[in-house]
Amino acid sequence: MDYTLSVLVENHPGVLAKISGLLSGRGFNIRSIAAGETEDPSVTRIIMVVAGDDRIIDQVKKQLDRLVDVIRITDLTGIPSVDRELALVKVSSSVSRRAEVFQIVDVFRAKVVDIAHKSLTVEVTGELGKVEALIEMLKPFGIKEIVRTGKISMGRGEAVAEKGGESRA
Amino acid sequence: MRMPGAKMVVEALKREGVEVVFGYPGGTIMPFFDFLHREDIRMILNRHEQGAVHAADGYARASGRVGVAVSTSGPGATNLVTGIATANMDSIPLVLITGQVPVDMIGNDAFQEADIIGISRPITKHSYLVRDVEDIPRIVKEAFHIARTGRPGPVLIDLPKDVSVAEGDFTYPEEVNIRGYKPILNGNSQAIKRAMDFVRRSKKPVIYAGGGIITSEASAELTAFARKTGIPVTLTLMGLGAFPGTDPLFLGMLGMHGTVAANQAVSECDLIIAVGARFDDRVTGRVSKFAPKAKVVHVDIDPAVISKNVLVDVPVVGDAREVLQEMLKLAEPLPIDSWREELMAWKRENPLTYRQDCPVIKPQYVVEKIYELTGGDAIITTEVGQNQMWAAHYFLYDRPRTFLSSGGLGTMGYGFPAAIGAQAAFPNRVVFDIAGDGSIQMKIQELATAVLNELPVNIAILNNGYLGMVRQWQEFFFDKAYAFSCLGQRPSCPRHCNTPNEECPPYVPDFVKLAEAYGAMGVRVERPEDVEGALREAIQSPRTFILEFLVSREENVFPMVSPGAGINEIMIG
Repeated sequence: MDYTLSVLVENHPGVLAKISGLLSGRGFNIRSIAAGETEDPSVTRIIMVVAGDDRIIDQVKKQLDRLVDVIRITDLTGIPSVDRELALVKVSSSVSRRAEVFQIVDVFRAKVVDIAHKSLTVEVTGELGKVEALIEMLKPFGIKEIVRTGKISMGRGEAVAEKGGESRA
Repeated sequence: MRMPGAKMVVEALKREGVEVVFGYPGGTIMPFFDFLHREDIRMILNRHEQGAVHAADGYARASGRVGVAVSTSGPGATNLVTGIATANMDSIPLVLITGQVPVDMIGNDAFQEADIIGISRPITKHSYLVRDVEDIPRIVKEAFHIARTGRPGPVLIDLPKDVSVAEGDFTYPEEVNIRGYKPILNGNSQAIKRAMDFVRRSKKPVIYAGGGIITSEASAELTAFARKTGIPVTLTLMGLGAFPGTDPLFLGMLGMHGTVAANQAVSECDLIIAVGARFDDRVTGRVSKFAPKAKVVHVDIDPAVISKNVLVDVPVVGDAREVLQEMLKLAEPLPIDSWREELMAWKRENPLTYRQDCPVIKPQYVVEKIYELTGGDAIITTEVGQNQMWAAHYFLYDRPRTFLSSGGLGTMGYGFPAAIGAQAAFPNRVVFDIAGDGSIQMKIQELATAVLNELPVNIAILNNGYLGMVRQWQEFFFDKAYAFSCLGQRPSCPRHCNTPNEECPPYVPDFVKLAEAYGAMGVRVERPEDVEGALREAIQSPRTFILEFLVSREENVFPMVSPGAGINEIMIG
């Protein structure tokens, strides 16, 4: 199954390389990884989705925690959270079939953000399932390119993945 | 105080109490050496950067202090890699300082540029690329702190040339505060109590301890705990010396080349008390067959090694010494006399042994004699392979920091430079590198280092003309096809040869002449009756000494557990 980890790290050059290198070097399987600055500019938050079982994820957390640059790890798997992913999907579409694409886009509450003669680009934001369902529906038109951000997550309500938050992994 | 970056690094080394640096100069690191040679810090010029890092490692293992090795950028830095990985696997505290091309040239494929931060990332505990001269004091302070605390390891500081020569203010910080690095030292008291409940309830407990005991200076505590409770002890290769090798409770090393008593004990016990050890595959053999009847208490400072290979019932994260002190307070003698008797009987009936069945020197005999003639009071380093296992078997280590060996990475070429480092730390102690004729050649150029620095290291080469452990595996698992493991092989030899004999061409090199060429002493020993005299001469000599023992060529290391087998499935030989 997939596990979602929220990892706070020092905002230094090379930290992301350290983390992705550690995960690949130890044979862990990353589904997605999304990184960005936090409310504290000296800290970067990385949301990663890792495939495995409880024992593997326990190792992932412990190995990440060994890195000096890792400040805190929170496991968001199974706790109430807001999960989002953004995807840009470039679809082949002749003028005659545009209406069909627009219809699908409307149903998914996505947006068409660019139109050209033979293609249009759809922006969708939502949980993984929604993004994947939309991509599935657009496939028959011919998908030229997909760009996905990877999942980002935030605990709901008071469940926070903060520096002073819950105990370390 | 304002000063150039290179001088700051030297100043910082002084503040950290560094007495010896191992290194090799080159373009980008020249400013550092220029300031270093004006100071009282002893610099040992190795003959290869790998020699420098292994020497720093040997120094660290023997003394318990942080070892320091310095090289230039590019090839100087990449030559450190094997040594860094060696130290990382065995949790040895090192600070490595590498020169780097100027900051604005990084990434341009400049002359002697290598991304050593990137290359060393998976094999260091931490690393720094210094971009601002003002950061140097903090970085060096942190580097030493990170290297020596928690689970120790190598920390690399990459120092660009322009940062070395730029001036900045030197104020050495008093304290270190890294928000992502707070090792847990005190074991959780509930966990310790629970561990001791398991200990009290067990009928057949065994202590399995490793290098963590040596790192945390917990030998006295471990020994007291074992003697108080009466629980027998087995050690990993890295743990040798952590518990007295001559103590009646000592079962010997466990694992692939473990003793029958140790491997049987682990296989039959109902409780393993693991302290400062990580259930390495060379220890466990096939994990599914490892200690099938046992509950496991695991004490380690690194949470990541707990339940990594073997599921643990009671994890205790903490420093081995602090945790053992707490466990000792709760310890009481256990009524396990019959279990102990059983183990002692296994030990009595299955001693480590070999047959002196030919007029040729047996390698085990050489190690035994080194033990006897030094009264056990020597620092032994090893290379890797058969020599390493015989050094582990036939010398009884009563004190920590006397057996220095590349346990995790298994680095051939480690032993000799490590012996140089150990001798630099303890000029008056007897130091032996127990070597094979293959591995000694991987760092043979360090003879110059030892001779010129007047380090009276003794090298006992157990020369069997083979990469002995490879040959042993070929004998057992590859139908005795000695592919490329014979070090005498020439084009004129038969393609398939597994019958060394009188017709074999002469050995290369001539180690005695090689010793002479470097200004070391060299003696070749061919008969068992000459072993003792030659060893005495080497021990008494104030010079670097090579002893080449021509040993029985196809001697095997026993006991042995085949890879993938359970550790109670032991080949006795």
